[in-house]
Amino acid sequence: MHIKQELTERHVLTLTVDNEAGTLARIAGMFTSRGYNIDSLTVADISEDHTTSRITIVTKGPPPVIDQIIAQCERLIPVHKVTDLTEAGPHVERELALVKVNGTGDQRVEAMRLADIYRARVIDATVNSFIFEITGGPEKIDTFVSLMREVGLVEVGRTGIVGLMRGADAS
Amino acid sequence: MPEKSGAEILIDILVEQGVDTVFGYPGGAVLPIYDALFQHKKIKHVLVRHEAGAAHSAEGYARATGKPGVVLVTSGPGATNAVTGIADAFMDSIPLIVLTGQVATNLIGSDAFQEADTVGITRHCSKHNYLVKDPAELSAVVREAFVIATKGRPGPVVIDIPKNVQVATASTDVKSPARSRFTYAGEADYAEINRAVELIANAKAPILYTGGGIINSGPTASEALRELAELTGAPVTSTLMGLGAYPASGEAWLGMLGMHGTYEANMAMNQCDVMVCLGARFDDRVTGRLDAFSPNSIKIHVDIDRSSMNKTVRVDLPIVADVGMAMRQMIDVWKGRKYKTQPLTEWWSRITGWRAVDCLSYPGSTQEIMPQYAIERLFEATKDKAPIITTEVGQHQMWAAQHFHFDAPNKWLTSGGLGTMGYGLPAAIGAQMGNPDALVIDIAGEASIQMNIQEMATASQYRLPVKVFILNNEWMGMVRQWQELTYESRYSESYSDSLPDFVALAEAYGWKGIRCDDPAKLDDAIAEMLAHDGPVMFDCRVHKTSNCFPMIPSGAAHTDMILHADQVSGTMDDEAKALV
Ligand SMILES: Cc1ncc(C[n+]2csc(CCOP(=O)(O)OP(=O)(O)O)c2C)c(N)n1
Ligand SMILES: [Mg+2]
Repeated sequence: MHIKQELTERHVLTLTVDNEAGTLARIAGMFTSRGYNIDSLTVADISEDHTTSRITIVTKGPPPVIDQIIAQCERLIPVHKVTDLTEAGPHVERELALVKVNGTGDQRVEAMRLADIYRARVIDATVNSFIFEITGGPEKIDTFVSLMREVGLVEVGRTGIVGLMRGADAS
Repeated sequence: MPEKSGAEILIDILVEQGVDTVFGYPGGAVLPIYDALFQHKKIKHVLVRHEAGAAHSAEGYARATGKPGVVLVTSGPGATNAVTGIADAFMDSIPLIVLTGQVATNLIGSDAFQEADTVGITRHCSKHNYLVKDPAELSAVVREAFVIATKGRPGPVVIDIPKNVQVATASTDVKSPARSRFTYAGEADYAEINRAVELIANAKAPILYTGGGIINSGPTASEALRELAELTGAPVTSTLMGLGAYPASGEAWLGMLGMHGTYEANMAMNQCDVMVCLGARFDDRVTGRLDAFSPNSIKIHVDIDRSSMNKTVRVDLPIVADVGMAMRQMIDVWKGRKYKTQPLTEWWSRITGWRAVDCLSYPGSTQEIMPQYAIERLFEATKDKAPIITTEVGQHQMWAAQHFHFDAPNKWLTSGGLGTMGYGLPAAIGAQMGNPDALVIDIAGEASIQMNIQEMATASQYRLPVKVFILNNEWMGMVRQWQELTYESRYSESYSDSLPDFVALAEAYGWKGIRCDDPAKLDDAIAEMLAHDGPVMFDCRVHKTSNCFPMIPSGAAHTDMILHADQVSGTMDDEAKALV
C-alpha cells in the first residue's frame, strides 16, 4: 500500500484577528494539527488601538480542503474574518526580500545590473558586497533570488506575502 | 474601593453563572481557590480520585442536566490528567469549564515545580482557552468562557490561573461583562428552509438522519424532531450520540445507523432519495466507505458549526443554524403551506422488508448469559424508571446502543467521538450528582471499568447509588473482534488476564457486589441490584466470545454489512488495515 497524494491549489487567505497572546499559536497550530500546509504566514498589528492584527496565510490544498481551512479558521474564537483573496477576485500580493551578494569585478557589476532591471535598491554596500531590497510578487522575488545565486548570493531574508483586494472596498 | 482576591472573584462569578457543583482535586497551585471554596460554601465540591474522573464526571453532569460541567484541578499533573476528558468533551461537543492552577506568572517558562504548558497542551482539544495574568481580567474571562462553552456548538473551555493571580487582589467595582466577540448561528435562513421543506415534501424516500446536535440544542429540539417526523412521515435514524432525541418506541424509528447500526437504518440511508442530516456530522463510523455513501440522495445538512459542512461528504443544501430552531421553522413552513403527510407506501414497504432481516437477533443460550440478552433484561427491568445510562467503550457499548432503547434525550451518556475507555463510571457519578433521584447505570466492560475504577470511592463518599453493570467477557472484546476480522484471530494482548474479584472489590469500597452467570437467575439478580439503595457493582459473566453484529467493517459500504458471525472472514487488505 502507498500513501495517496492529491492535486492542490494555492490560496492566499487574510484573517482579521484579536491581537492577543496565543492567537498566532492557535492558528498556526490548527494548521499543523489538522494537516494543512502553510507556505507563508505574516502577521502585524494594524489597528490604531493595537487590538487587531491582520494575518496573511498562503496555503495549498485541494478545493474542499481550502474550504475546510477557512471554516476551521472561522471557528477559532479570536478570528473575526477570513477572506480568500484567490477566490474573491482581483487582488495584489507583495513580498519584501533582503538579498546579500558577495563578489568583485564583473560579478559585482552584473549583480548591480540585474538589480537595476528588477528595481531592487541597494541598502548596504561594502567593497565586496551588497544588500538589495526588493519588493514584488512572489514569482518576481523567486526569479531575482535565483539570478543572484549566479552572482554570489550569500543569504536571503523574506517577509512572506501580504495581500489586499484591488478596488475601493475592504476585503 | 473594595478589593477581592482572584480566588474570591472566581468563586463569585461561578455562583453568578449558576454553578452549584464542581468536580475537582486539590494541589499546590489551586490552594487559594480551595480555601475560597471552603469559606464560601455555596458551591458543592465533589472530590474525585483522579483528575480524568473529574473531567468525565463533569461531562456526565453536563450531558444529563444540560448545564455546563465545571472542573477544578491543580497545575502540571492535575491538568495533564484532565486532558483526556477535555479532548473527549471537545469531540462530543459537551460544555465544560475547566479551571486549572498554574505556577505564578513570574515562574512561567522556568520549568518550575508542577509547571506544564496547559494552554499549549489543551489548545487544540478545547474550544478556547485562556491564561489569566491579572485578577482584574478574571471576571470578564470567566463570563466569556461560559458563553463560549455553552453557545453555538458547545465545548470545553480551559482557564489557566497562575497561583499569584489567585492571591492578588483587584477591584470588584468595575463591571466587566463578557466580551461580545463570539457569534454563533441561531435561526436558519427562510429561503433555505423553504427549499428543504420542498425537497422533503416531494421526496419518495426521505430519511431523517439525526445526531447529538439535537440533544445539545435542548429538549425543545427533541420535541420538534418528533413533530417533524410525524408531519413528513419520514423514517428516523440516529447516530450513537443522538439516541433518545427520537423515541425508540416511535413508529418511524429505524434504530441507530453506522458501523454497528441496524440493517434497516443503513439500507435506508443507502437507498433514500432525500437525506436530512440534523445535528450530525457524517462521521466515518456513520458513513463507511465515502464513495459508496448514499449515492443517489439529495443531502440537506443542518448544523450549527459551519466547519461540519462538506467536511467529508458534499451536501446539496447546507443550512448553518441551531438545529432545534431550524426544525421548528421547517414545521412552520410545512404547516403554512398545508403540505400533507405522504404515506410513502413503497418506501415503508421496502423498509419493512429490511426490518424482516431481524439484524439484531443473536443465538440464544440456556447455559450462558448472552451479552445481548443481559442488556435486554436490564432494559426490561428498568424501562419504567427512566434510567440514565452511561457506558464505557467496546462491544458492551455497542450492545447497549442496540438493545437498550431510549425514549427521551439526556438519558444516554457515552463517549462517541474519542471513544474513551474509563468514561462511564465517572460520567455516571456526574449524572447522579445532577439528578439525585434518578437511576443511573454504567454499562461497562471488565477492561474499561478498570481505567477509572478508583472513582468507586467517590461514589461511596457522596453516597451516590450508581450501578455498574459489567458485561464481563474476560476479553477486550472489541479488540478481539477486530483481530478475528483482520488478523486471522491472532489475539495479541487482548485477553483480560488477572481480573480482580469484582464482588470483593465492590465490598472493599463499601459497595454491594453481585455476580451472576446463569441466565435463569439473571432477572432476580438485576432486581436485587435495583432494590439496593446504594452503589452496586454487578459482575455479569457473559458468553466470552460473542461478537457484535451487524457490522460494517472499516472502509466498507453500507450495503456490505456483516450480519452474522458466520460471515466473518479472517483477513483484510492493507488499505482496510490502515483504517481505524
Ligand atoms: C483509553 C482507551 N484505550 C484503548 C482503547 C481501545 N479499545 C477500544 S475497545 C477496547 C476493549 C474494551 O474492552 P472491555 O471494556 O472489556 O469491553 P468489551 O469490548 O469486552 O465489551 C479497547 C482496548 C480505547 N477505546 N480507549
Ligand atoms: Mg470485555
